[in-house]
Amino acid sequence: MENLELTDRKQNIDIFKKQSQTKEIWRRFKKSKGAVIGLIMLTAILLIIIFANLITPYEMASKQDLANKLASPSTAHWLGTDQFGRDVFARIIYGGRTSLLIALLATMSSCILGSALGAIAGYFGGTVDNIIMRGLDIFMSIPDILFTMAVVFALGPSFVNLLIALTLAYFTNYVRLVRSQVLNLAEQDYVEAARAGGSSSARIIISHILPNAMGVIIVNTTLNVAKVILYESTLSFLGLGMPPPAPEWGLMLSDAREFMRNAPYLMLFPSLAIVLSACSVNLIGDGLRDALDPHLKS
Amino acid sequence: MHRYIVKRLLFLIPTILGVIFIIFVVMNITPGDPARALLGVSAPQADVTALNHELGYDKPFLQKYANYVKNIVVNQDFGVSYFTKQSVFDEIWPRYIVTIKLAFMGVFLSSAIGIPLGIYAAVRQYSLWDTIPSIICYLIAAVPAFVLGMVLLFVFSLKLNLLPSYGIDSFKHYIMPALAISIPPAAMNMRFTKSSMLESIRQDFVRTARAKGAAENIVIWKHALKNALLPVITNIGMSLGSLICGAVVAEKLFSIPGIGSLIVDRITYKDEPVIVAGTIMIAVCFTIVMLIVDLIYAYIDPRIRAKYARTKE
Repeated sequence: MENLELTDRKQNIDIFKKQSQTKEIWRRFKKSKGAVIGLIMLTAILLIIIFANLITPYEMASKQDLANKLASPSTAHWLGTDQFGRDVFARIIYGGRTSLLIALLATMSSCILGSALGAIAGYFGGTVDNIIMRGLDIFMSIPDILFTMAVVFALGPSFVNLLIALTLAYFTNYVRLVRSQVLNLAEQDYVEAARAGGSSSARIIISHILPNAMGVIIVNTTLNVAKVILYESTLSFLGLGMPPPAPEWGLMLSDAREFMRNAPYLMLFPSLAIVLSACSVNLIGDGLRDALDPHLKS
Repeated sequence: MHRYIVKRLLFLIPTILGVIFIIFVVMNITPGDPARALLGVSAPQADVTALNHELGYDKPFLQKYANYVKNIVVNQDFGVSYFTKQSVFDEIWPRYIVTIKLAFMGVFLSSAIGIPLGIYAAVRQYSLWDTIPSIICYLIAAVPAFVLGMVLLFVFSLKLNLLPSYGIDSFKHYIMPALAISIPPAAMNMRFTKSSMLESIRQDFVRTARAKGAAENIVIWKHALKNALLPVITNIGMSLGSLICGAVVAEKLFSIPGIGSLIVDRITYKDEPVIVAGTIMIAVCFTIVMLIVDLIYAYIDPRIRAKYARTKE
């Protein structure tokens, strides 16, 4: 009897024991069904993409086989073949490598560029803030697509240039977001304390302010990945993204348009690939938002 | 209030100059030789140099920029296309109208679909009117506009044979493109309206309105909606950017002769004057619309009006 009481008390203590923040976030994240589904979907997609060469050789995605063109789905070609007889399944999984890699890299680079500018503008305020924000206003009055067109025109379509165009299209969000976060956080006592302790501005921004703004940045970054996936496929569809022979979802759809009548499945599968990956990222992003900041839950 | 308007109108000038400058800088990253492009590969070098001099392209960058702006403002002259050798303005203008028409149809449709759905979802929270549209909106957020357009094309043109699949000859031709580009922003409008309405319904003044015995319709439409619409209006302005992108996509998908498809086509031919002018014209229109949205916002929000009346900015 006494023993039972003891374990009971011990459990109570365990409950109140301070859990690490990551664990706590993970516990809240797990509670959301959508987020877990999204995580499973994305993990599956990433595994397929990473181990693509174990599933089907790259050759299948690039080798033309005109005798076998526009074949419907079969055991030999799971998702059929395109107008050059290339295997659609192989093209989708290798296309995923390009699409998701670009989406991740572009999001990261826009996050770094935008956060740096936003932190500087918010922390220093005054003239620096004015210059950055007025410049940004002008920058933002050019619709993304026009800016991308200009960049592609000047530099030509390629992987790196696409990355530059996407970075420039998406960094503006971060500037505003991080700036407003920094404006709030710079008033906090611990920042004052760090300043009194003689920390340099760079140190205060990097080790005191940014970690506290991290939650918002992470959520925004996750949701941005989905947007970049969509925008990147749109650019490739328009012929402004990856140049043609590369397997890429938007490009595949752009080709599929001409064969809509005879081979509608050419349209279906790349679309599904885009929608599933964007949707899984969105689910994770929303789950993270609720997990990181329960107050924000709408 | 008019101090604010005047200030914003004055700020329009540096903004437009800045927009032109940024586009000009990007376009001039690659060394261009307009005379070579105009005269062809076989023209003698002396003629090319002479024409470059005549066009003013051997001048320093800032001077070229100043000349370009001066030409637009004074003569409404955007130069001559390298590809068709025709006046850029004449070539762009009819296509510009088409694109702007399409984008504004998108603004109208996306608001007409999204806002009522959002209001209804907020008023009937947790009912089927809320959950089903919300789930659909969530899915649409993961579908690019061109995929929606292809689905519409497949269903209404290919299978049902109801709507024409290309061109802009009649009103019918605009239905599918306008619908395709307005669905994603409509979904966004719905989400925005819903969350903004939900917030506004829970406010004290709504409870007061109910308590004094106002009819439910009046409470929703007059008291709650008026306050909920402010962020929605900003969102409509923001969605114009993605609608312009959507218009470019729709032009390609439905073979519409708009400015976006013109620019995309001419990128292959390195037809710089057309691309610079086209980009600038859309960007300027976009800037002006954003300004109008800001002014409407300031006009209907008494808090903003009061702020500018007090601080005399």
